Amino acid sequence: MTMPKTMQFARQFAAVAALACVVIAPLQAETFAERAAPCLACHGEKGQSETPEIPSLGGQPAPYLLIQLYLFREKQRGVEIMNDATKGFTDDDLRLFSDNLAKLPPPPPPSDTPDAARLASGRALITQHRCNNCHSLDLSGRENIPRIADQREDYLVKTLREYKNNTRRGYDGSMAEVLAPVTDAQIVDLAYAIARFR
Amino acid sequence: MISCLTARRSLLLAGTIAGLLLTAPVFAQPASAPPAAAPPAAAPAPMAAPAAPAPMAAPAAPALPPGSPLIGRPEGNEAASKLAPVAPPPLPAAADKLPTAQLKLPPGFNIEVYASGIANTRSLRIGDKGTVFVGTRFGNKVTAIVKKDGKTEIKTVAEGLYRPNGLAFHNGTLYIAELSQISKIDNVEGQLDKPPKPTVIYKDLPKDEAHGWKFIAIGPDNKLYVEVGQPGNNVLHDKDHGQIRRINLDGSGAEVVALGVRHSVGFDWNPLNKQLYFSDNGRDWMSEDVPEDKLNRVTKTGQDFGAPYCYQGNLPDPEFGWGHSCSEFTPPIALTGPHSAGLGLRFYTGNMFPAKYKNAIFLARHGSWNRSKKFGGDIIVYFLNKDGTVKSSEVFITGFLVDNKYIGRPVDVEFMKDGSMLLSDDWNGAIYRITYGKARTANR
Repeated sequence: MTMPKTMQFARQFAAVAALACVVIAPLQAETFAERAAPCLACHGEKGQSETPEIPSLGGQPAPYLLIQLYLFREKQRGVEIMNDATKGFTDDDLRLFSDNLAKLPPPPPPSDTPDAARLASGRALITQHRCNNCHSLDLSGRENIPRIADQREDYLVKTLREYKNNTRRGYDGSMAEVLAPVTDAQIVDLAYAIARFR
Repeated sequence: MISCLTARRSLLLAGTIAGLLLTAPVFAQPASAPPAAAPPAAAPAPMAAPAAPAPMAAPAAPALPPGSPLIGRPEGNEAASKLAPVAPPPLPAAADKLPTAQLKLPPGFNIEVYASGIANTRSLRIGDKGTVFVGTRFGNKVTAIVKKDGKTEIKTVAEGLYRPNGLAFHNGTLYIAELSQISKIDNVEGQLDKPPKPTVIYKDLPKDEAHGWKFIAIGPDNKLYVEVGQPGNNVLHDKDHGQIRRINLDGSGAEVVALGVRHSVGFDWNPLNKQLYFSDNGRDWMSEDVPEDKLNRVTKTGQDFGAPYCYQGNLPDPEFGWGHSCSEFTPPIALTGPHSAGLGLRFYTGNMFPAKYKNAIFLARHGSWNRSKKFGGDIIVYFLNKDGTVKSSEVFITGFLVDNKYIGRPVDVEFMKDGSMLLSDDWNGAIYRITYGKARTANR
């Protein structure tokens, strides 16, 4: 990433973050930690996002992160702030970020007492639609497939709906395939159970 | 916005500080307020027809439809849980990491790297002046490879595209198929250094991601053929999906050529009988060994090849086959292996390879994911009888599959004027050239 790009990147995040708090944009971002700081401001420093509809990155496999960063850079996945953030990234930048972000610890399950009936319904759907094949039995993901266990519920609902209506541009269309027969009510139940996976 | 305060801290140091700050809001998820169940406002109008008559049950009781193969599926099937679509690395492999030395060819054939470092190389087309055009599924550009004075130049022909997987070249014009539109660049080889933006000629295509990437080719009737896949693994679909159609080169006169196509990413015309031959991928998750993928032949416009009612010509689908018989549909001329993912295919009309390959079909099998022991990941040749049916087959290039893992995945084949073959490998982002006869060492 070139210097001006770095600053541009920081400014864009600063503009967003400034709505809620004061952030001094780094004038010189050199270490990975410094470069990653704006990412973690939204995605959560300990791997768990506290920002609505922004995913937790903790426990994500490096290959999955690399693919997403690549899709953002290539504008194949259209999220403006992420397209801007990765603009000008070299292939090495993509690897640096994916390898290091993959070290964030996985988010823990929420501590609330889940509704047993909804949980059971969601768990049945997880089996029925084979989420726990590709995403692994414990939904921890692997390789190109993300960890979904204990991901933010609102992000899961949003993402599943986007896959279903073809607005989330995945890598290979697999999720659009899987969601073809899934109803919106089922999406809500799936997200409920996945976000509370133990 | 507690995280804002620590945003600039080192990732490694973050733990301690954040630990102090993140006491209460660690589980700040909206647990008690699940998002509304209303459909998203942005739902596109032309969503594929009712995807499936499947589970519409109340959330509390996700009932399975009668006949569903999911009934009785054990929780946590160990073998099945090891299977997932195998995605290639998004970044191309370094030139010195390519697997050519491990690939096996018949005696007398040689393989060399033609070009590398091009992410996710998919469809191949060759221009009149020898330019090699490369499509991609995960990147946003179409690339041109120009060899001049022993040097390889890699140029961008068009960018900012969405899944420009399909390419065709005809009378100097390059046709590009993105996920839901087809465009063209006239006289493309005359303006490779400053190509104009492609002109869209056809947009009447669904926007489905599932099986949405396209293969295109120009037929002997001078029409452009495009496939529209089934928008899911195994789903009932509307009249705009699961088919191959053709259009005039200006985008007019769309007509359906073949129906019941689950997903074809390769077709070509038999130079002898001018009939259209296409590969078709069978459904997933029925079993390890069936259905097999298919090689089909269109002998009459509008033939139905069975999906999703009948797979591999003789296997009624357990969900949708009820009320149908496989005899209603046109059977394949060859089964190309379980989950093997036969993609690009071409008839060999060159003169470099031995005579037995003349007019034979070379099919690139991308290789399976939905199978415990992977299958495919090779190039197979189908030799035909005079009547255009398949006489025999022979595996041509192997070695992409090592210890049940891919070290490369073949996608498309295309033949150069001298009769040599180009082969794209989307796993490594490379293109290989296969020659017969005296060993060549060019273009390393």
